[in-house]
Amino acid sequence: MLDTARIRQDFPILSRKVNGVPLVYLDNAATSQKPRSVIRALVDYYERYNSNVHRGVHTLSMEATDAMEEARQKVADFVNAESPSCIIWTRNTTEALNLVAQGWAMEHVAAGERIVTTAMEHHSNLVPWQRVARERGAELRILPLAEDGALDLSDVNSIIDTRTRLVTAVHVSNSLGTINPVKALAARAKEVGAAFLVDGAQSVPHMPVDVQDIGCDFMAFSGHKMLGPTGIGVLYARREALERMEPFLVGGEMVLQVSYEDATWNDLPMRFEAGTPNVADAIGMGAAVDYLNGLGMDRVREHEIQITGYALDAFGEIEDLDVFGPADPEKRGGVIPFHTTEVHAHDFGTVLDRRGIAVRTGHHCTMPLMETLGVAATARASFYVYNTEEEVDVLVDAVKEAMRYFLDGSR
Amino acid sequence: MAPDDLDGLYRDAILDHCRNPRNRALVERPDVSANAVNPFCGDEVRLQAALDSDGRISRIGLQAVGCAINQASGSMLTEAVLGRTIKEARAASDAFQAMMQGRDTAAVEGPLTALAGVKKAPVRVKCALLAWSALDDGIEDEERRRKDTSGLIPD
Repeated sequence: MLDTARIRQDFPILSRKVNGVPLVYLDNAATSQKPRSVIRALVDYYERYNSNVHRGVHTLSMEATDAMEEARQKVADFVNAESPSCIIWTRNTTEALNLVAQGWAMEHVAAGERIVTTAMEHHSNLVPWQRVARERGAELRILPLAEDGALDLSDVNSIIDTRTRLVTAVHVSNSLGTINPVKALAARAKEVGAAFLVDGAQSVPHMPVDVQDIGCDFMAFSGHKMLGPTGIGVLYARREALERMEPFLVGGEMVLQVSYEDATWNDLPMRFEAGTPNVADAIGMGAAVDYLNGLGMDRVREHEIQITGYALDAFGEIEDLDVFGPADPEKRGGVIPFHTTEVHAHDFGTVLDRRGIAVRTGHHCTMPLMETLGVAATARASFYVYNTEEEVDVLVDAVKEAMRYFLDGSR
Repeated sequence: MAPDDLDGLYRDAILDHCRNPRNRALVERPDVSANAVNPFCGDEVRLQAALDSDGRISRIGLQAVGCAINQASGSMLTEAVLGRTIKEARAASDAFQAMMQGRDTAAVEGPLTALAGVKKAPVRVKCALLAWSALDDGIEDEERRRKDTSGLIPD
């Protein structure tokens, strides 16, 4: 098991108070907190070797280049990518998904062909495909939801048919917690000759993820949800897929030879990284990977199953409170969306904030899914390596208090 | 548990209006009709009002879906503007908005003053304002219509 007491010492923010009480940070699906080692890596870069990468022959530039490329290697190893050249730095998951949409799908999806996504996608893995489908005259198909918050795959073979060019799915749902069977979807995509893209924003930070084992062509994820800084994300792409992709930003750094009339593209992965990259945050993301490796991703996952199970049991005892997503903690990530007709999500959010508890409230950027669930908004608690069962107790007490308060004004 | 400051936010008047919203029935043949939506949280307000021959709000109906603050503010709105002319209603709206934006609290009276505590949670201020934005929109439409037909706006 993780030694959460020791881990908490590494996160300066966890010792602050909010509204006079200790912070209980349960909004990790939105963004995670940062350990001192990540913050130090950023400061160290700016204080000691800040410079531009890939061009200078001076010492600082070489150090910065080495540090950034070392971070790329760490990220590649973290998801078992075959090579660091398959790791493209982006700003975030959204940019990585859009890079596949603009650079790959706009080139390879033709009129009358299909793109398949799921009913539980974040807007960032739905809206880009709506646009590609519209512009290319392709059809966007949606894998539906089953009763238990999993995907209904009974018609998967007719939905993902031979005219499908791209299949994409979220690995772990940010709104339900559901862990999707990405390996099976990858196999079906391969069968029909479609590319397979995984939104790994909520999985890569929380469980061992192996892109080669899954068999995906692309995977997108963000640094800030895995203890790293904001402003840095990753697109993993198989080399064959990258070679068939067009850069969507052109300019400096991504070219090899330029004349007034023409230019040739640089090697991978630089071809997709036009302009000065986010050197500091890439290095910070490398430090986050080091920290997670130090904990061990198997143990991170084990911790989250445990705390999620504990929270599901406690929530299950609250009358009139609905909890969405699979009932089995082994089948979900550490994300617990809850809802009651008595207390609106935003009133929950405000009451919980008064108790120092940070949760997300609203539609979680999954408006079509909220409509399917028949709710306008939910409150969502989401866990990470530093969360404890005591914090779950604080949450559960505050949820009960809010329900009593809005029902009859008592405590 | 920390010293309680929930009552500063959710005053009794708010909880009362939220649990027992006033004037929920929509009116027939409304002169003023508007909807407002907050896409951020999915809160919705539907407002309808009928004017008598003096241009006073003789009947009003408001249905709010969403959080306690939105529902209470909408319910209080209906009581605050019933019997007022649309110019007076607009002035009440301006005064309420001035209070919620922390500019001026002087012109607001009655149960609406309970909503001033919402300023402690600044992200929730727009929940309190949603119904009032529907009122503003509805009045604006009605004034435009009157201008178009008669060139006159009753006081």
